[in-house]
Amino acid sequence: MSNIVEMLHITKDFPGIRANDDITLQVEERSIHALLGENGAGKSTLMSILFGLYQPDAGTIRIRGKEVKVSDPNVATALGIGMVHQHFKLVHNFTVTENIILGMEPRKGLLVDMRTAEQKVEDISKLYGLAVDPRSKIEEISVSMQQRVEILKMLYRDAEILIFDEPTAVLTPQEIHELMQIMRRLVEEGKTILLITHKLKEIKEVADVCSVLRRGKLVGTVPVADTDEERMAEMMVGRQVSFHVQKTLAKPGDVLLRVEGLNVKNQKGVLGVKNLSLSVRAGEILGLCGIDGNGQTELVQAITGLTKVESGRIFLRDIDITHLSIKERSDLGLGHIPEDRQKHGLVLDFTLGENFIIHNYYKEPFAHWGILNKKAILENAQRLIKEFDVRSGQGAITPARAMSGGNQQKAIVAREIDRSPDVFIVVQPTRGLDVGAIEYIHKRIIGERDKNKAILLVSLELDEIMDLSDRIAVIYNGEIVGIVDAAETNENELGLMMSGALHKAQEAAQTGREPAHV
Amino acid sequence: MTFEIFLQMFPIALMFSAPIILTALGGLFSERSGIVNIALEGIMMVGAFTGATITVLLENSTPAAAWIGLLGGLLAGIVFSLLHAVASINLKADQVISGTALNILAGGLTVYLCQIIFHQQRTRAFSYGIKKLSVPGLSKIPVLGRMFFDQVYPTFYIAIAMVLLTWFVVYKTPLGLRMRACGEHPQAAASMGINVSKMRYFGVLVSGALGGLGGAVMVLTADIQYTLVSIHGTGFISLASLVFGRWNPFGVLGAGFFFGFSTALSFYAKDIPLLSGLPGEFFYILPYLLTIIALLFFAGKSVGPKAAGQIYESGER
Amino acid sequence: MSTRKEKIVLPLIAVLLGFLLGSLIVILTGRSPISMYAAIIKGFSGIDIINGQPINTRYIGEFIIQAMPIILTGLSFAFASRTGLFSIGAEGQLMIGSISATAVALLVQAPKAIHLPLVLLAAIAGGALWGAIPGFLKARYNVHEVVVTIMMNYIALHFNNYVILNIFGSVDRVKTAPFPETALLKSPFLESITRNSRLNWGFIPVLIAVLIFSFIINKTTFGFSLRAVGYNKDAARYAGIKVNRNIIASMAIAGAFAGLAGGVITVGTFNFGRVIQAAEGYGFDGIAVALVGGSEATGILLAGLLFGGLKAAQPLMQSQGIPREIAGIIQASIVLFVAMKYGIKMVLDKFERKQVPTTEGERV
Repeated sequence: MSNIVEMLHITKDFPGIRANDDITLQVEERSIHALLGENGAGKSTLMSILFGLYQPDAGTIRIRGKEVKVSDPNVATALGIGMVHQHFKLVHNFTVTENIILGMEPRKGLLVDMRTAEQKVEDISKLYGLAVDPRSKIEEISVSMQQRVEILKMLYRDAEILIFDEPTAVLTPQEIHELMQIMRRLVEEGKTILLITHKLKEIKEVADVCSVLRRGKLVGTVPVADTDEERMAEMMVGRQVSFHVQKTLAKPGDVLLRVEGLNVKNQKGVLGVKNLSLSVRAGEILGLCGIDGNGQTELVQAITGLTKVESGRIFLRDIDITHLSIKERSDLGLGHIPEDRQKHGLVLDFTLGENFIIHNYYKEPFAHWGILNKKAILENAQRLIKEFDVRSGQGAITPARAMSGGNQQKAIVAREIDRSPDVFIVVQPTRGLDVGAIEYIHKRIIGERDKNKAILLVSLELDEIMDLSDRIAVIYNGEIVGIVDAAETNENELGLMMSGALHKAQEAAQTGREPAHV
Repeated sequence: MTFEIFLQMFPIALMFSAPIILTALGGLFSERSGIVNIALEGIMMVGAFTGATITVLLENSTPAAAWIGLLGGLLAGIVFSLLHAVASINLKADQVISGTALNILAGGLTVYLCQIIFHQQRTRAFSYGIKKLSVPGLSKIPVLGRMFFDQVYPTFYIAIAMVLLTWFVVYKTPLGLRMRACGEHPQAAASMGINVSKMRYFGVLVSGALGGLGGAVMVLTADIQYTLVSIHGTGFISLASLVFGRWNPFGVLGAGFFFGFSTALSFYAKDIPLLSGLPGEFFYILPYLLTIIALLFFAGKSVGPKAAGQIYESGER
Repeated sequence: MSTRKEKIVLPLIAVLLGFLLGSLIVILTGRSPISMYAAIIKGFSGIDIINGQPINTRYIGEFIIQAMPIILTGLSFAFASRTGLFSIGAEGQLMIGSISATAVALLVQAPKAIHLPLVLLAAIAGGALWGAIPGFLKARYNVHEVVVTIMMNYIALHFNNYVILNIFGSVDRVKTAPFPETALLKSPFLESITRNSRLNWGFIPVLIAVLIFSFIINKTTFGFSLRAVGYNKDAARYAGIKVNRNIIASMAIAGAFAGLAGGVITVGTFNFGRVIQAAEGYGFDGIAVALVGGSEATGILLAGLLFGGLKAAQPLMQSQGIPREIAGIIQASIVLFVAMKYGIKMVLDKFERKQVPTTEGERV
C-alpha cells in the first residue's frame, strides 16, 4: 500500500516559539496513524497545517503523491481531508443536519433543501453505524453524539483522510471503546485516520503506526505492534516516567466535609445534583469521577458557595456552611482549586502578586485601613514564587496572562495550599499540563493529604482519579451511584458506573464506619 | 379612551413604527452575523440627512424626489456602516466603542454638511415628504380599513415587506443559515469553509441599508427637515425593539409597533380623558421607561446570538 | 511593544489620525485646514498666528471652563469601565446633578461656606443615585447597562425639563431665576487674572476628583476589588468578592463624578437652572476623554484638556467659515481610532517584527 499523506520537512514558527521543526510524517493509506506528544509538542499545529488552518514556513505536503498547497480548510476539504476538533465546532442551537450541511447546503431554488439533507445524513449515519438523529438540536444530545456529528460532517464532505484531535478526552471508557470500533469501521470502508493523542493505551488499542513529537521535533515513528507503552512514554517525555504516583496508605481521621441530601439546580434550571450525600475525612483523598456534565460542576459550586442549593446541607467540620457566603466558607478553612483556571482561578490582567492575595487583599499585612501595602504584597509573592517554583518573566509583577498554563496552575496551587485550608476541593488540577507539572502538582496534593487535610478531587481523567484517590465516588446524572475503594476497583467497573449501568452500595460513605481499606 | 381617537391614532402609530421596524431589522442582520451595532442611531441620522437633502434638492425637478431620497438614505447608510464593519471586523475594534464613535460622528458630520450645503445647522425644509395613500377597496373595510389602509404612509407596507423578506432570508436560505452560524459560533462556521468576515460584512452593511432607509423614512414622514434632533433616540429604541423581539423578525414587528404606538400616544394623550392630566414630559419619558421595564421582564431570558460582540480571531494562537 | 509604551503611543497615534482625517474633510469641503489649526491654537492660548496677537489669558480661562465638566464625565466613564461596565449614562447623571444643584441653590438659604458645598454635594448625590439605578438593575437582574443608561439619559432629560418648568418656575420657559451669590463658584479673582473669562473655583473640585479617582483605583482595597471585578467577574466571585455590591458601588461613584460635573456647570458656568432641548454631548465627550486617556487619572486630565481646547475653538472655527461641527468629527474619529487599537497595534507589531528577526523562544 502507498502513502496517502506525506508531510516533508515541515517547519512552523509562532512569535517566540518554533512549534514544528523539520517534521516529516508519512501516512499509509487505510491505516490508523497516531501522533503522540505532550501538550505543546506541536501535534495540533502540524495537523492544523495539514488541514489548512496554518501555512508552514518551510516544507512540502503531498497528498496521494501529488504536491499540494493547502491554503485554507476549503482546499483541505477538496483534497478529502477532514478534522474532528478537540473542542467541537458545533452551533448549539442548530440541528444536527444544519450543522453538517453548513457551507455545503443542498438547495431547492433559493431555499435550503432540508428534507434531502436530512435523508443523506441519515444514510451516512446508518452506513457507519453512528446512530445519530438528524433532527435533534445539538444542545439536546450527549457529548459522544456530538462527536459523531463531527465525524458525520467529514463524511458528508466525502473526506478520505480523517484527523481526530484528542477525541477521547470527553468520553467514558465504554464510549471510548465504541469510538475505537467506529474508527476501525471507517478504515475498513477505506478511510485513513490520523489520531492526535497523549494517551498511550488508546494508541496500543487502535493505532497501526505511532509518530512521537517532543518540543516541536519528531522523535521517531514506530509500528505500534513492535513497541510498548513504556517505550512510547519515554519517547514522548524524553526520560523514564513512572506511571504511578508514590504514596503511602491513607490514615483517615475525622470527617471534615459532609454533604447531606443535597439538591442543586443547574444552568438549565433543572436539578443537576439530586439528593447527594458524601463525606471526606481528614487525611484522605476522595476522588469524584464521572462523565463531564453529570453534576460535578454543580456539586463543587454548591460546596464552595458559587451556587445556592435547593435543599440539603453541607458541613465543614461540624459547622453548617450551607447558607454561608463564599468568603465565610473560605475563612472557615475551605480551599478550592477551580476547574477553569482562566475563568475562575486567576484574574489574567492582574499581576502574579495581585493574584496571590485575591482572597486576602483586605487583610493585614496586605492592607491597613483599606489601603494596600505594596511591600507586603511583593514579599508574599516572592515567598510563594520561591517555595512553589512558579516561573514567570518578571516575577511578582508579571501579568498572569503572560505565564504558561503550567505556571498559572502552579500559582493557583501555591495560593490555595499556602492558605492551608482544612478541606480542599481540587477540580481538574492538571488539565492541559505537561508531565513535569502534573507530577509536581500530584505530589503537592498528596502532601496536603499527608498533612491531614480532607481532599475532594474532581477530575475527568480516570487515570488521575485512580492514581491519587483513596476512595472513589462515581457520579452519574447528579447522583452518587457508588463509592468504592481505589485499591479494589478497576477501570471497567468505574466505566460501567459512570455510564449508569452499574450501582454499588455506598460502603463507608456515611460517618461512623471506618473505610474498608484501613 | 374613545374608540374614535384610537382609530385616528392608528395611522400615526404606523408612521412611527415603520422606521423603528426597518432599523431594528437592520440590527437583526448585524447581530445575527455576530456584530453588535449600537451605531444604528448614527446610521439613521446619516440616512435621514441624506434623504432630506436629496428631497430638498430634487423636489422641484421630479415628483419622485422623496422616493429617490429614501434610496439615497439607504445607500448613505451602507457607506456609513462600512466604517463600523472595517473597524470591528478588520481592525478588531470593540464593537460598542466603535458604535459610540459613529453615533458622535454622525451628529457632527450631518450638521457639518448642512452648514456646507445649506449654510445653517439643518437642511432646508422640504414641501412634501412621502405622501400618504389610501388603498382602493381595502380602505373601505369597516374599522380595519381605517386602521391600516386609509391615509397611511406606504412606508409601513415597506416595513412589513421587509419583515417577511428578513424572515425568509434568515431562516430559509443557505445565506441565512451561514450568517446565523457566524453569529453563534464563528469558529464552527470558519471550519466549514465559511468566510466569517464576508458574512459579517453582509450583516453590517444590510444593517446600514435598513438603518439608513429607516432614518430617511422617519424624516420624510414625521418631520419637515433634518435637524440634529430629528432622530432623537429612535435608533436606540430600534435596538431595544430588537431585544424585545428576541432577534426574531416577527418579534421585531410586534416590538416596533408597540413603540410606535407609545410615541403616537404622547401626541394624543391630551385628548384622552384618563391621560390628559399627566404632563407632556410623562409621555416623552414613556417609551424609554417601558424599554427598561420590558428589559427587566425579559431579564435572564436573553436569547441573543452567542458570539455577538466578541472579537473574532481567525487564528487560534 | 510593551504594554506601558502602548498605553501612551496608541492614543497619540489615534489623536494624530483623528486630526489628519479632520483636516482631510475640511480640505474636501473646500475650506482651509490652516485656519482650522489657527483657530485651535487660539482656542488654547489666545495666540493668533494669522493676525499676530500674543498669548491671552482669557482664552486659557475659557478653555479650562470647557475642559472641567468633560474631565469629570471622563472620570465617570472610566470609573465604571474599570469595573468592566460600559456606562453611557454620564449625560443623564450630569442632568440629575444639575437639577439637584439647582434645587439646593434655589431652595436653601445659607452662608457661602455652607451653601456652596451643599450645592455640590447635592449634585454628587443626585448623580450617584441616578448611576446606582442601572448598577442595581445590572447587579440584580443582569440587565445590560448600555441600553439602560441610554434610556436613563432620555428620562433624565425630560425629567429635568419637567422640574425646571413646573416646579422651579421659569420666566421664559428656558431658565430659572438666577441663583443667589452664596451658591456660586464664581471668582472675581480668577476672572481678573484671566481678563474677565468665566473661569471659577470649579477647577478645584475637578482636581480633587482626579486625585480621588487615582487614589481609589490604585491604592485602596476597594479599588482592588473593583478592578478584580472589572477584569474577571467570575474569578472575583470565586475569591469571595461581592461582585454585585461592587457593580452598584462602581456605577454610583461613576454617577457621582458625572453629577459633580452637572453641579460645576450649573453653579459655575451658567448660574441658573435651564431647560435642555437635547443631549449636550458631555457624556459622549467623557467617553472620548476616558478612552483617549486610557482610563487613568493623568491621561483623563490631559485628554480632557485637549478636547476642552477643541470645544473652546469651535466658535473661532465658525467665524473662520469652518463649520464648528468639525470638532465633533475630529473627536469621533479619535475615538474610532482608539477603538481600533488592536488593528493599529497589529500594524505596528508587523513593522517592528520586520526589523527584529524572530528567534526561537524558550517557554517558561
